[in-house]
Amino acid sequence: MPADRLALRAISVILAACGAWSVLALARPARHDDAAQKSKVGASRSEEGLAAWQQVYSVLTHPRCINCHTATNYPQQGDDRHRHFANVVRGPAGKGVPALQCVTCHQEANADSTGVPGAHDWHLAPLSMKWQDSNEKILSSAEVCRAVTDRSKNNNLDGAGLLKHHAEEPLVIWAFRPSRRIDGTLRTLPPLTHEQFVEATRRWVEAGTPCPQGR
Amino acid sequence: MATYQLNVNGQRREVTVDPSTPLLWVLREELKMTGTKYGCGISACGACTVHVAGIATRSCVVPVSLIGDRAIITIEGIGTDPVGRAVQDAWVEKDVVQCGYCQSGQIMSAVALLKATPKPTDANIEQSMGGNLCRCGTYVRIREAIKAASQQLK
Repeated sequence: MPADRLALRAISVILAACGAWSVLALARPARHDDAAQKSKVGASRSEEGLAAWQQVYSVLTHPRCINCHTATNYPQQGDDRHRHFANVVRGPAGKGVPALQCVTCHQEANADSTGVPGAHDWHLAPLSMKWQDSNEKILSSAEVCRAVTDRSKNNNLDGAGLLKHHAEEPLVIWAFRPSRRIDGTLRTLPPLTHEQFVEATRRWVEAGTPCPQGR
Repeated sequence: MATYQLNVNGQRREVTVDPSTPLLWVLREELKMTGTKYGCGISACGACTVHVAGIATRSCVVPVSLIGDRAIITIEGIGTDPVGRAVQDAWVEKDVVQCGYCQSGQIMSAVALLKATPKPTDANIEQSMGGNLCRCGTYVRIREAIKAASQQLK
């Protein structure tokens, strides 16, 4: 092969290699940017989900909810979460004992004339859904979140199931319509309306039900 | 006002009352069945206990509009039930009653307990009867009578 043709081929090979390197060099940062962008979006979604969870948690730990999510053998009453009067006990199914069931007093609806609250199938949450410790101290946000999202503890509810529970369960809805105490004053309400609570739950579920880290 | 068809002690009874009227007052005022007593009016003492669909229920806090077709048994009707008969006999045998005002509620709760738990322990009795107050303090005799009725029902 003549020397000039050899030189021309060598230059072609060098130029092709440079071109390929350039393409690769340009392509690499682009892929990195995509991943970073995705990561940023994921982190933002998780942060939004955690913020929504904190709103949910603020409701779950309000006395209208947590008084029946005890770790003890009895329900609580009132904003000070004192033990239910008459030594009412949980019973084997969370519905009281034979002559003193929850429904012995708590009927299908609130009884404003007597201050006895009521809703369908009044009962305690199971011990697997306790949101207090045995000293009646409210569990942390991370602990409650882990319990609520653990399908071995939460009656096998996935995110959609949790959302439906918060939206439709009569005892959940009662917490936002607790009516009057025996003295005629209104019971205190959770910090969100039911609609806001359901919306916060929806945002938390859509974010993948993230839970805070740590204890 | 509304008209309700109630099943009381196995009989159909018709009443026309305000829907919010507690069952207690329907029994006492409309049907003249005064065995069921008014104590506190807020389900805190148990004197007004009747059975609604077999469940011991505080009649002072149940609006008549929520009863529907559920069967109501009162102290006037409980004696026709074998467990009710045994409990009433035990109450007499152990001379439980002092003033007697709370006792119809006590008996209705005791029957509900024994129907669900034929051989109750002391803890079962304390837990199930904890919502029935007795100002005369007949609790010891109530416990004895429940155990006697349980023996009788062997």
